[in-house]
This record gives sequence, structure tokens and C-alpha cells, in this order.
Amino acid sequence: MPQDLTLILLLSFPLLGFAINGIFGKQLPKMVIGSIATVAVFASFLLATSLFSRLDGTTIVNLFNVLDFENLQINASFQIDALSIWMTLIITGVGSLIHLFSIGYMSHDEGFYKFFTYLNLFIFSMLILVLGSNYFVLFFGWEGVGMCSYLLISFHYNDAQKGIANSLAGRKAFIMNRIGDVGLLVALFMIIGQFNTLEYTKIGHLIESNKALTGGAMFFITLSLFIAATGKSAQIPLFTWLPDAMAGPTPVSALIHAATMVTAGIYLTVRSNFLFELAPFTQNIILYTGLATTLFAAFMALRQNDIKKVLAYSTVSQLGLMFVALGFGAYTVALFHVTTHAFFKALLFLGSGSVIHGMHEEQDIRKMGGLAKLMPITHFTFLIGTMAISGIPFLSGFFSKDEIMAQALHHNTFAYIVLVIAVTMTAVYMFRLYFLTFHGEFRGGDQLKSKVHESGPSMTLPLIILAILSIFGGLLNLPGLFFKNSAHWFDHFLSAGTFGLNHIHPVHLDFATSIQLMIFASIVALSVLIWAYLNYVKKGNIAKDDKDLNGWERLSAAKLFVDELYNVLIVNPILAISDFTGKIIDIKLLRNGVYALADGVLNSANISRKWQSGFLSSYLFWMVFGLIIFVAYYILKISVWH
Amino acid sequence: MQANMSIGTSLDFFLFVAIALFAIGAIGAMTRKNMIVLLMCIELMLNAVNLMLVTFSTYYGNGDAQIFVFFTMVVAAAEATVGLSIIIMAYRNLKSIDIDMYNQLKN
Repeated sequence: MPQDLTLILLLSFPLLGFAINGIFGKQLPKMVIGSIATVAVFASFLLATSLFSRLDGTTIVNLFNVLDFENLQINASFQIDALSIWMTLIITGVGSLIHLFSIGYMSHDEGFYKFFTYLNLFIFSMLILVLGSNYFVLFFGWEGVGMCSYLLISFHYNDAQKGIANSLAGRKAFIMNRIGDVGLLVALFMIIGQFNTLEYTKIGHLIESNKALTGGAMFFITLSLFIAATGKSAQIPLFTWLPDAMAGPTPVSALIHAATMVTAGIYLTVRSNFLFELAPFTQNIILYTGLATTLFAAFMALRQNDIKKVLAYSTVSQLGLMFVALGFGAYTVALFHVTTHAFFKALLFLGSGSVIHGMHEEQDIRKMGGLAKLMPITHFTFLIGTMAISGIPFLSGFFSKDEIMAQALHHNTFAYIVLVIAVTMTAVYMFRLYFLTFHGEFRGGDQLKSKVHESGPSMTLPLIILAILSIFGGLLNLPGLFFKNSAHWFDHFLSAGTFGLNHIHPVHLDFATSIQLMIFASIVALSVLIWAYLNYVKKGNIAKDDKDLNGWERLSAAKLFVDELYNVLIVNPILAISDFTGKIIDIKLLRNGVYALADGVLNSANISRKWQSGFLSSYLFWMVFGLIIFVAYYILKISVWH
Repeated sequence: MQANMSIGTSLDFFLFVAIALFAIGAIGAMTRKNMIVLLMCIELMLNAVNLMLVTFSTYYGNGDAQIFVFFTMVVAAAEATVGLSIIIMAYRNLKSIDIDMYNQLKN
């Protein structure tokens, strides 16, 4: 099958699943709906592997022309290269596992068909986003995933207790994303102004042939692109929507708010690497934003008691870590962490989903404990995910984090120290979460304990597959000290096959430094593991109630009061202005003005309609009266004239 | 031109008669309710105009206006037939020829 046909099929399967489930979903049985959606994504995954195996440089597939101006052409065209296919593999691979998981997780939900419709639409939009060969197509997918994210966060909008909170969470995500979208739009317009094209490859060649393009324009373009990335990828200052987005069903959190959509900002930056390379100042902004995000989010995660909130802040923190790598210009390193993060964070979220499902919608870790015996498979896979994200040696997260730490050590010691603190905190909150959930005594009461059950095979199978990937994901990009020849496979693969990246060579540290780094990271992770075990299992400490928290703990539990700060600084002033315009300008000025106009017309019409009495004699009277006026006027005019 | 007035009376006399006729017709049309009387009032106004046309025709010694009067009379006759048949049809509807009964189109 030729590449372009494969690509079109790959894109159309999720769209087809979306159409079938969206139109006929109500009539179909749940098993069929879930199978259609899952098979559609899995078929795309198979086609992606076929494209992956035949990958050969950069191929552009042009479907049709969207806009045709004299000096600007925008095509719906797609780009097959290492970067886009790798992202496609992650999206469809992890996506099909999460679809499979959702069949079990959502089995009791009324909106079953709607859920899978949205999920398929999301996969389609996300594929458009990563496969497009220009910023216009990317923008199309960018908006599509934003909409699906909104729909899925507020999926349970009519829930009796949490319906309004869910809707508000969806709204918050949507508005925050829109701020980022404005950045993307501005960047797009500036790129058109600067290059007269939106095609990645054309922009790249223009930059190559004209090295003089630097300075202000590049800075503003890249800064706008980065604002877009902060919106989608939940970086400071636009990160507060992601923890709230946990209001959505857990598979959604796993798929959209951990594994795929939130990495769109990183994809955008990697894709625009040739622009960012010309704007060192933006790279510094990215670096320090990433550092601040990873540190603060890790801190906020320390004292969260909602199992999904911990994972949400962890996601924000890990995304910050990826942006640190981007700030150093280490694009392949960032994408390596995107990949491993997709594995272990999807695993952790699905594991938490399995726990929540088994606990009958209980999300508070203070009511859990001792689940290891009740849910053995979930427990074991969750442990692997925890170890992977905490950087326990030889799991995937260990290698990908180590790469980022190595970059930091090479470029900037301050960044390295901050990262060490953040990574340590990651291990702390993850092991706290793990031990509080799965060890110790069950704290949810006997009645609930008797109902807790291990999830069915459609939910445990994805967990097992993702656990295997989380263990061995690190093999993709082994550092130089293992297997000298096949090391850094992922770096070479991406650099060789992606436009722009072939000019950038990530630094690799020498043998001694990297082995020191690894040993240090291992010691940190293992000592945190032992500390957490002693603290939470041996001493039996459990999460305190909010009122017992001391200084820093309260700060962490209250999420550093960022939401409150935003409320005071932005939300309340906007509400006040809206209140003013709504109550004064709208009602007093505009509405009353329009009403007065209408009343005036009505009243004058009421007066004049009395003329139309229907009595012939009155009509005649007015006719004669008018005649007399005319005659009188002309007589007067003539007599005065003379 | 004035020499052509063969009658001893002045032009004013005829004009006053015509105006009076017209005024009677107009006021009658405005005030009376009976449709037949209304029709008669309209005839009065038409004939007032005819009289004025004939007067001026004689006064200026020009026959054109007199030809025009014939047309007016024909039209008046036609109008009378149409008007009378409308009155008959109206009477069949409401059993009345009071013009104020026929204000149904108002609302």
C-alpha cells in the first residue's frame, strides 16, 4: 500500500468510528460500540507501524488546497517523518489501550456511546495535529483536541452532586486553552507575515537559505508559540486547568490529560525547532518556566489527598521537566521523556481508574489503604508505574529523566539543583500515594471493603501491557555506557528523520560523569523509597486532615493559593467588569434604549392608527381638509408673491 | 374675450353656483350615512365641476372643455352604475346601506 493511501486510511479510521458511534450509537449494544471505537484506533496503530517500518525521510501528502491567495497557499497536507510517526505511534498505541480500558471502566455509564464518540474524535484531532505538514493543519487539530478535552472533562455535567463542578472544570480548561490558542494564532499570523507560508519544511528552508533572520520577529513568533504551548501543556502561568480537568472520567485523564494532548505543546516546540534555535532568549524563558513549573507542581503534589490530583500535579511537573529539556535545545531528550511519560503516566492513571472503579467512585486516599491484597494486578502494575516515574534504576523513567538531568548538568548547574529537588519530591509524593493506597489498613469502612473488587480483564490487560512498556521503555534510548553501538537509538532515529533536528546534536556526557549521575539519581530514588516505606508502612502514618497540617503542608494542600491569586487578580476583576457592562451598559443603556425606541414607534403608531377609523366620512373629511390646505397654501403663496 | 359672455350675468355668479354645488356635495359626502345619498353627493360634486368647465369654456370661447364635460358625464354614468351595484351587493351582506356599518376592514 502506498504511503499516502496508508496515511489517509490511518486518519479516517478514528473519524469513521466517530461517525458510526455518533450517529448510530444510541441503538447499538455497548459491546459493539466499545469494539468499534477500540478497533478503529487499533487499526490506525497497525497502519502507523506499517508507515514506521517503511519510514524514509520526509514525505508530504497533499490532499487538497484550502486557501489560495496570490502569494499564500494553505493546503490540507500531511507530513510523514520520524517525529510525526513517532507521535502517531504513541497516540494510537496508548490510545487503543485506553479505549480497551474504557470498555470496562465506563460499562455502567449511561453516556457510553457518547464517551467513545468523543474519544475517537479526540484521536482523530490529535492525529491531525501531529501529522499536519503546516501550522494551519496543526491549528485545526489543536482546536479539535481542545474541544474534545472540554467535552470530556465536563462529561458528567448532569451528575447530581458534582455536575456543576464538572462543568466549571471543563469551562476553566477551555478558557485557559483559548488564551494559549490566541498565542498560536498570533504566531501563525506573524509566521505568514515573515515567511509567506505555513509549511514547516518551507519555513525551514527559508531560514536555512537566509541566516540573517533573527532578532525581534523570531523572538515574538517563538514567544507566541510558547504561550500556545503553555496553554496546552499546562505550564506556569496557565497550568491550573489541568488539576481541575481531573473532573473528567479517569480514562480521559489518562489519554488526554497525561499521555497525549498535554504533550502537544512539546510537539509544537520540537516541530518548530528551527525557529526556536534562532531565539535563544525564548529558550531561556522556556527553561525557567519549565523549572518553575516542575518545582512548584511537585511541591503542590506533596499533600494532595485525591488520588487523581496527585497524578495531575505530577503530570504538570513532568511536563515542566520536558520543557526544561526543550529550553536546553535537547528536543530528542524531551520527546524521549514524552514517550516514557506516556507509558507510565497512562499506566498510573489507568491504575488509579481501576482503584476508583473498585472503590466505587471513592478518590480520597485517606479512605483507601491495604488495597494490595484486594486488587493484586492493579497493585503490581501501579507499583511499576510508581517506580518508573520515581526514577528507580533501569525502569523507563530512570533513563529519560537521567537524560534531562545530564543536559541540565552540562548547561546550567542551578537548573540541575532545582531538578534534583523536583525529582526528589516526585519520588516522595509518588511513594506516599502508593503506600497510602495499597498498604496499611483499609480505612474506608467494612461495608465498602466487602465491595472492593479487582477489575475485569478489559481493564487489567491494558495495565499489564503499559507496565511492560514502562519497564522496558528505557531501552529505546540507552545512554552510552550500555551497548555502545545501539545506544541512543531514539536520538538517532528522530534526528535523522525529522526536519531541523538533523542539525542539532544533543550533548552526551562522558562515561564517568554519566555513571556518577546515574548512581546519584539511583541513591536519591531508593532512599526516598526506603524513607516512604518506613514512614507510611512501618510507622503507619496516614494523611492528616486538613486542619492538622502545619505551615508548608497547608501551602501544598492549598496548591500555593494560585487559584485564589488568579481569582483576585483576573477572575474577579473580569467578573466585576462583566457585571458592570451586564447590569449598567447592557440593561440600562442598550436594553432600555432599544425598548424606548420600540415603545416610541408603538406609541406613535397607536396615535396615527386612530386616523384609520374605518369611517368613510372621516377619510373624506381629511381628504377635503388636505385639499383645502393645499389650495390655501397656493393662494397664499401667489398673493404673497405678487 | 369677455365679450363672448352672452348672458348678462357675470362670471362670478356661475363660479359661485359651482362652488356652492361642490361644497354641498362635499359636506353631504362627509356627513351623510346613507350610501345612496353619498352617491348623489358625488354626482353633485361632479356636476359642479362640469358646470365650472362649461362656464370657463364659454368665457374663453374655447370648446375643448365642453368636449371634456361629455367624457365626465359618461364616466359619471358608469360610476353611478358601478356604485349602485356595489350598494346592492353591500345591502345583501349586511341588510343595511349605512356607510358606518362598513368599517370591518379597519382591524
